[in-house]
Amino acid sequence: MALTDDDGKIRLRHSPYSLLAGLLILGAALAAGLHLVGLSVALSIVAVAILAYQPTRSPSAGLAPAGVVGEPPQSVDAPRDNIATTSAALSAIDIPLYLIDHRENIIFQNAAAAQSFGGIEPNAHITTRLRSPAILDCVRETIAKGNVNTVEYTERHPSTRVYLVRVAPVVTGTGRPTHFVLSFRDISESRVVERMRSDFVANASHELRTPLASLQGFIETLQGPAKNDPKAGERFLGIMLEQVQRMNRLVDDLLSLSRLELKAHIAPSDRVDLLPLLGHVRDALQPLAASLDVEVVLNLPTEAVFVAGDRDELIQVFENLVQNACKYGQEGKRVEVTLNPTEGGHGAEVSIRDFGPGIAEEHIPRLTERFYRVNVEASRSKKGTGLGLAIVKHILTRHRARLIVKSEIGKGSVFTVRF
Amino acid sequence: MTQSHIMTAYDEELRFLTRRIAEMGGMAEQMASDAVRALVNADAALAQRVISDDAILDAAEREITDKAILTIARRQPVANDLREIMGSIRIASDLERVGDLGKNTAKRVIAVQQSGVPRALARGMEHLSELALAQLKDVLDVYTTRSAEKAQAIRDRDEEIDAMYTSLFRELLTYMMEDPRNITSCTHLLFCAKNIERIGDHATNIAETIYYMTTGTQPDGERPKDDNTATMTVQG
Repeated sequence: MALTDDDGKIRLRHSPYSLLAGLLILGAALAAGLHLVGLSVALSIVAVAILAYQPTRSPSAGLAPAGVVGEPPQSVDAPRDNIATTSAALSAIDIPLYLIDHRENIIFQNAAAAQSFGGIEPNAHITTRLRSPAILDCVRETIAKGNVNTVEYTERHPSTRVYLVRVAPVVTGTGRPTHFVLSFRDISESRVVERMRSDFVANASHELRTPLASLQGFIETLQGPAKNDPKAGERFLGIMLEQVQRMNRLVDDLLSLSRLELKAHIAPSDRVDLLPLLGHVRDALQPLAASLDVEVVLNLPTEAVFVAGDRDELIQVFENLVQNACKYGQEGKRVEVTLNPTEGGHGAEVSIRDFGPGIAEEHIPRLTERFYRVNVEASRSKKGTGLGLAIVKHILTRHRARLIVKSEIGKGSVFTVRF
Repeated sequence: MTQSHIMTAYDEELRFLTRRIAEMGGMAEQMASDAVRALVNADAALAQRVISDDAILDAAEREITDKAILTIARRQPVANDLREIMGSIRIASDLERVGDLGKNTAKRVIAVQQSGVPRALARGMEHLSELALAQLKDVLDVYTTRSAEKAQAIRDRDEEIDAMYTSLFRELLTYMMEDPRNITSCTHLLFCAKNIERIGDHATNIAETIYYMTTGTQPDGERPKDDNTATMTVQG
């Protein structure tokens, strides 16, 4: 980091101090804007302390290196410690922050920025990390005019995140500002919630229409022509129950998809051992497998295989995949679940193989799209909602894992999850 | 990246190229993603903006090429630096093409608007563009780090886009056979899908250029391909 550069010892005692203090005040203002009042107060105190501290340090600062006059070493380290503390304080703020100069070079990025947009070399140009024309326009306007600019920025890959980007000059004196702060406020949740609501309504209204129409039809028949026919009534009620159950499953799946979308941008931090997890999935699906006359075989290594993940979500992934393999590969009578740690021990691969009829090539890339069905009738008869693999894909995206599908007609399919 | 030279002006020139390429990349990314959004949401205003943005991208490409040629003439670069400069020219032209493809997709928004894009097809289009844009974003991220290893990994991922494109192609053919009234919009969508697929190809080109810039050798082996549309027929 540029601020702790060895050659910069003497310069460090002048400009960067006021600069960092300014940055801190800005950070404080930002925090206040986010209603983190406690944090902002604390930051202001730190900033004021640094500002007050500077004059007492500067008389001796420019004179001689401390070691020569024999000052105790800790007093030399003190300003360095302060800079370290200040940058650590900035890194403790969970909002990505960049400090740039008037030539658009990045002087400092806090930990949240490094985590969100990747690390940088010292003094890298801002475009090494931020390419969006809208953000660059804002930065340029702020540098030229010294005003504060904000813009909304959407990042779509690996997951959708929406930021409110604010570019503000660091005002330290009366002259033109030479340094600027970029802060990124994550407003993904409110945006995703908005879009989710409209998606949900669109999907739900479209997919619920068929079962609702059939319910209505049966009710009208029961009220009219079949009024006094207990036999038909019983049959109709059975079908109606089935339709209601289908709507129920659909709403459940849509809701769990929505919940996943809401947190898609937060990578899971827990570590999960896949061995017991896969065992649990097999046990949970045993009744279904037995009823379909399918045997689920586990090929597991002897040692634990840990991956970063959310236990419940991974269970859902493997349950969905094994369930699909049992249902659609029923005629193969066997489903193999194989776990292999990848080379170097950084990841793992879980493959679920069935020996069913296989999936035609043209459908494979589309399987994870919502409501995409290879065969609508087959899917309905097997109580599918058309959302199972979309859910799997969403969970895996959040886990930064990939789903790879290989299939051959007449031989079966392999769904591989690569962590 | 490159070592520093005695003349800082030379370094400045190289840095300028890198910076402008990254900016062009940001612009191309934005155009491609806006074009698909305009198509799926039938948003004519957004489409119009993409069309007019293309001029900026064209100007940027000319500027980069001019500056690169000037640098070559003035500094007589060799080895690493020469590859760096030649690479900039190539990447700039790939990015300019990405912008053109975005613009062409945006132009078709108006033609498709009347009949609208069927839901299932819109989802397919979005899915295809997600893959292509992810490819483009990754390759532009790699450009700033110059990791040959990552560039190679991106190159190997083009297959996925091809498979997706093949599937969409087939679906569009079936729609047209179902009802001749679909032919107009489906033909436009066919071109849009092709445009998006081409964006993925340009991203792969850029990955190859980056590999060459860093290592001085071409990446090994054939590019993985899974585009079977050239021979595809659908039985009626």
